[in-house]
Amino acid sequence: MFNDFLTQFWPATVDGLSLGAIYALLALGYTMVYGVLRLINFAHSEIFMIGTFASLAVVNLFGFSGVGGFTLVGVVLVLAVAGGLASGASAVALEFLAYRPLRRKGASRLAALISAIGASLFLQQLFARVLIPWWFDVPKDKGALPLQGHFVERADVFAIGDFVVRNDKLIVFLGAVIMMVALDQFVNRTKLGRGIRATAQDPETSVLMGVNIDRIVTATFAIGGAMAGVAAALYMMRFEETDYFVGFLLGIKAFTAAVLGGIGNLRGALVGGMVLGLIEMYGSVLLGTEWQHVVAFTVLVLVLMFRPTGILGESLQQARV
Amino acid sequence: MKRVPPTMRLLAALGAASLALSACGGGSDSGSGGDVSEVSIGVMGDFTGENAGIVLPIKNAAQLAIDEYNATNPEVKIKLLPYDSQAKPEQAVSLAKNAIKQDKIVGLIGPAFSGESAQVGPVLEEAQIPSISASATNATLAENNWKYWHRVISDDDVQGAGIGEFITTGVEAKKVFVIDDKSTYGQPLAATVKANAEKGGATTQTDSIDPDGADYSSTVNKAKAFAPDAIFFGGYYAEGGKLIKQLREGGVKATFLSADGSLDPGLAKGAGGENAEGSLIGCPCLIDPEGTAGDASKKFAEAYKAKFSAPTAIYAAEAYDAATVFIKAVQSGATTAEDIQKFIGTADFTGVSKQIKFEANGEVSGGDVYIYKVTGESLPLLGNAKTAKP
Repeated sequence: MFNDFLTQFWPATVDGLSLGAIYALLALGYTMVYGVLRLINFAHSEIFMIGTFASLAVVNLFGFSGVGGFTLVGVVLVLAVAGGLASGASAVALEFLAYRPLRRKGASRLAALISAIGASLFLQQLFARVLIPWWFDVPKDKGALPLQGHFVERADVFAIGDFVVRNDKLIVFLGAVIMMVALDQFVNRTKLGRGIRATAQDPETSVLMGVNIDRIVTATFAIGGAMAGVAAALYMMRFEETDYFVGFLLGIKAFTAAVLGGIGNLRGALVGGMVLGLIEMYGSVLLGTEWQHVVAFTVLVLVLMFRPTGILGESLQQARV
Repeated sequence: MKRVPPTMRLLAALGAASLALSACGGGSDSGSGGDVSEVSIGVMGDFTGENAGIVLPIKNAAQLAIDEYNATNPEVKIKLLPYDSQAKPEQAVSLAKNAIKQDKIVGLIGPAFSGESAQVGPVLEEAQIPSISASATNATLAENNWKYWHRVISDDDVQGAGIGEFITTGVEAKKVFVIDDKSTYGQPLAATVKANAEKGGATTQTDSIDPDGADYSSTVNKAKAFAPDAIFFGGYYAEGGKLIKQLREGGVKATFLSADGSLDPGLAKGAGGENAEGSLIGCPCLIDPEGTAGDASKKFAEAYKAKFSAPTAIYAAEAYDAATVFIKAVQSGATTAEDIQKFIGTADFTGVSKQIKFEANGEVSGGDVYIYKVTGESLPLLGNAKTAKP
């Protein structure tokens, strides 16, 4: 068992980081919305799902196949733009339809949470029963089956002993890190970013200071959604397959990553995602893949016992750690 | 839309029933057989739901057998009544009750799936109506001590043993990596394959995948470290395809094997490109549209194609055999459920898919496992697992 761990340490590390990168990007959406509205947006996993379908549509539209090398980076950029736009727009629409009316009426957070679960189920079934059959020209009763779009030519970029890095895994990792750094800078340096931080810290005071809270909420959903769309594009490059249920498990894991890193904290999402990805892979090597989720959640509980606010602590406004 | 509302279906069934009854001339359930000119046999399964694709061949093949028989102008004709359960156990139960009470069926082909079989079994048992399923493979069905329940397909234990043996004798693998999907279907099947591969002298290692997940890289890493000659996957084709893809992309080149849950063109599609090429899929079912397995199979394949303008598909040969059991029973003079049940207990003949002979618990005796080889996106028959070579 421990011997397995030694021989599979480096492959597991590479896979853990590349899996964790997708968790991290998805975790951003949960963390930002929570930071601003104290709402767990359970429909975020479906925002991700929409991004995967947008990416798949682009792959089909251009008929990409056997893409490798630097061309792959370009293709992923195109997919990321498509996924980011589709997911960002969907997230804004979701906020407008499912959350804003409740907020206006001063409904409890619990009501918004129920609305989120409802929106999640609605979007899943909408895709399975209506949109997938219509959009991808599959028979009506086959909308629940996975759809593939194979277009990536996989190759090893470099190898140092067991530490073999494949092109798609490298792009996922770098793509996620670049997006996180860009977002971090955006929130810390721009006026809109300051508005987001102010609203997260104290919504009432920030309104008194002239912050347009609806605009801030819309921006938060747009950015979180766009990040999910980029995650979806990277996911499609890595796995080349999607279905209406694709966001479910990933969404739970990303939410876990957000809590692990400290929900409401942007850098916490990155740390939480990477740590969770690594724990899952190391846990699988040591105990068998069937224990992957058990290990992940055990570590989560242990971390929260000693640091109830997560690894980096809660709060968006103090994103400078 | 092909879907017929349940009320319409009930009316249609009633209509068919009244026709059947008038043809019988009344009093058929207690008759000795002399005055009966037609008996009703049901066929039950999902004909319009999500799984209709793999159940309609059952109905077609049964229809073919009955039509061939009726065309010989026998003394007692057989009427085949379809019952569309849509694979829903509760619907299957109410259909079965109607079939027994109103349509007075004397036998049932099906139900097609294990879930509905588990629910319909007690109903048929109480009414003492014999049933023969062509496709329900769950091993525990035979443990209910049902006297009237039979199947012409071998269960998952037989399938697992056949594939496990094929891995060591046919593929000649020395190191086998066994993966399951943790499902009630995949896990016991993988365990049986593993046990039989070990019996054949192979060393094994196991891992599981999460069917809801997408990233199987830890399983791929383990397979890579173990460096097996063969990989067996117990699970369904959607995950099987993804698994093959990630194994091949991860540089694992071992022969990939799976079982009937993966016997679908979706496996090669999900794997992408040439990744699944040459993979070997076992099944206790005989799908032989080319008729290469023997004369009976060839004759059946040609007749099926002529009648339905489609090649034979999964479970068609088994359904034809199930229908043939009832036909032979009626030919022998049995026209009541009780007489047919007695005949089934003594049946012993060479069917299209296998030798048809039932054990006391309703299982078909012996039971062959066939191997199919992924070629492009089709799955042609390679041969019987006992003799096939990849």
